[in-house]
Amino acid sequence: MHIPDGILNGRTCATAGVLSAAALGWAVRQTRRELPPRKIPLMGLASAFVFAAMMLNFPVAGGTSGHMVGGVLCSVLLGPSAAVLVITTVLIVQCLLFADGGLLALGANIFNMAVVCSVGGYYIYRLVYRFLPNPRGRLAAVAFAGWASTVVAAIVCAGELAFSGTIAWPVAFSAMASVHMLIGIGEAVITTLVILAVSQTRPDLLDYTAAVSIDAKPKLDFLIFGLLISLGLALFVSPFACPWPDGLDRTAEVLGFGASAHRVMAAPIPDYLFPGIKSATIATSAAGLVGTLIAFALAVVLSRILLPTHSKTASAAPGEAQGE
Amino acid sequence: MNEHRHNPVAGEYRHRVPTAVKAISALAMVVILVTCTPSLRLYAGAAFALVVCALLSRLPIIPILKRLLLVEPFVLCVAVLSLLQPNGLHIFGLLVARTTLCVFTLVLLSSAASPAELIDLLRRLRVPSLMVTTLALMHRYLYVLQEESRRMRFARQSRTFTPGRRRIWRNLATVVAQLFIRAQSRSERIYAAMCARGWQ
Repeated sequence: MHIPDGILNGRTCATAGVLSAAALGWAVRQTRRELPPRKIPLMGLASAFVFAAMMLNFPVAGGTSGHMVGGVLCSVLLGPSAAVLVITTVLIVQCLLFADGGLLALGANIFNMAVVCSVGGYYIYRLVYRFLPNPRGRLAAVAFAGWASTVVAAIVCAGELAFSGTIAWPVAFSAMASVHMLIGIGEAVITTLVILAVSQTRPDLLDYTAAVSIDAKPKLDFLIFGLLISLGLALFVSPFACPWPDGLDRTAEVLGFGASAHRVMAAPIPDYLFPGIKSATIATSAAGLVGTLIAFALAVVLSRILLPTHSKTASAAPGEAQGE
Repeated sequence: MNEHRHNPVAGEYRHRVPTAVKAISALAMVVILVTCTPSLRLYAGAAFALVVCALLSRLPIIPILKRLLLVEPFVLCVAVLSLLQPNGLHIFGLLVARTTLCVFTLVLLSSAASPAELIDLLRRLRVPSLMVTTLALMHRYLYVLQEESRRMRFARQSRTFTPGRRRIWRNLATVVAQLFIRAQSRSERIYAAMCARGWQ
């Protein structure tokens, strides 16, 4: 999902840049205040770890292979602020050293992957974990957050493509959401397996407040990151998801870009070439809703398979029973 | 285009251009390509400037083309989506041309400038020191951790049978988890080493 330059227009890059700069500023501030000096090298090592983990491929059906993104993994292991810093570092290095992901599109990439995917995923994880507060619930929460964060990040990415006027929302949304609903399954399974393996060898590392020692103001964190994510959703996604026929025109009008918005890519998008596309949006949304429920059920099933009943004694200290 | 205007001198010319100049001209190129009204003349000019830069920098051509091709699949995926809308062919052409030029710019920048210089440039641009330290450490240990994961894979392959599909996922997860645990304990050793050398 690394967007190269030239696909998003200047307006989208600037908007996403401002949003991710704010998130990054907050993350750096929080990390600097809360991170003990001995954990500073961990930030660099964790970034290198995420990069190395991305290099490991696993086989997917049909001879293709995928790799993990590690957004949720990182935020579950390190906490949201540190995860923003770590994923951003990975994205900067991929952009400047490997030309993967654009220079101007860096803001959009940081917003999608560091803010929406890993921080958004982290709060989904916390929400589910709160309702299922046991080791199995933790695994189910990780699995569901891994899936949901991938899909939400893809939808925001589709919103950015549509906001740029590059690709019409119905096309971008149907394609990105449906593909990432499948990719998300792989991400969910691998993230869950990794968290399970970590909990079996070093359960102490899973408690990120112990690992990074960020205990102050988690509510403020939630407020700031939640505000930024909802701002991004409101800007990039909601204009298109609402029932008005052309969200792009309306946003352009509201934001005062009306005159310049369509000059670059002259595509007012009157109608779609293929008649099925308009209904495809509705179909994708419906599939998304059903898919979310199924994914949640699957996450619970996965956690049951991975942690069989006889290990229930370990519920107080996760992983102790399997730690042999 | 304010691409490198220095006189071409024989030898390792690309090392004599300051990194700031390379980075700023790459940024200017991308900004121009993204914000200006698309026209054939603009793209031809940009392509010409980039090819001149590539030739002047005397970088090996084949690796640059390879890296360009690596990014191209994503570009084509997005561009193919644009075919599904009215006037699709026009947008498809624009998109592929513009994105390829932008990617070419970045590939040139990342091949011509050394990572250490780029990180130093970020430090001079007043990027928060925590970010710069993290970047520098990441770049230092990037290849170390990749090598470590490769070693772990070889170690496993030499000790076990070829695993089935289900085992592959389980094994991969174990490798990733071990990698994190080792990275964590390595970071503690690094901190001790940094302190021993008078850090802060």
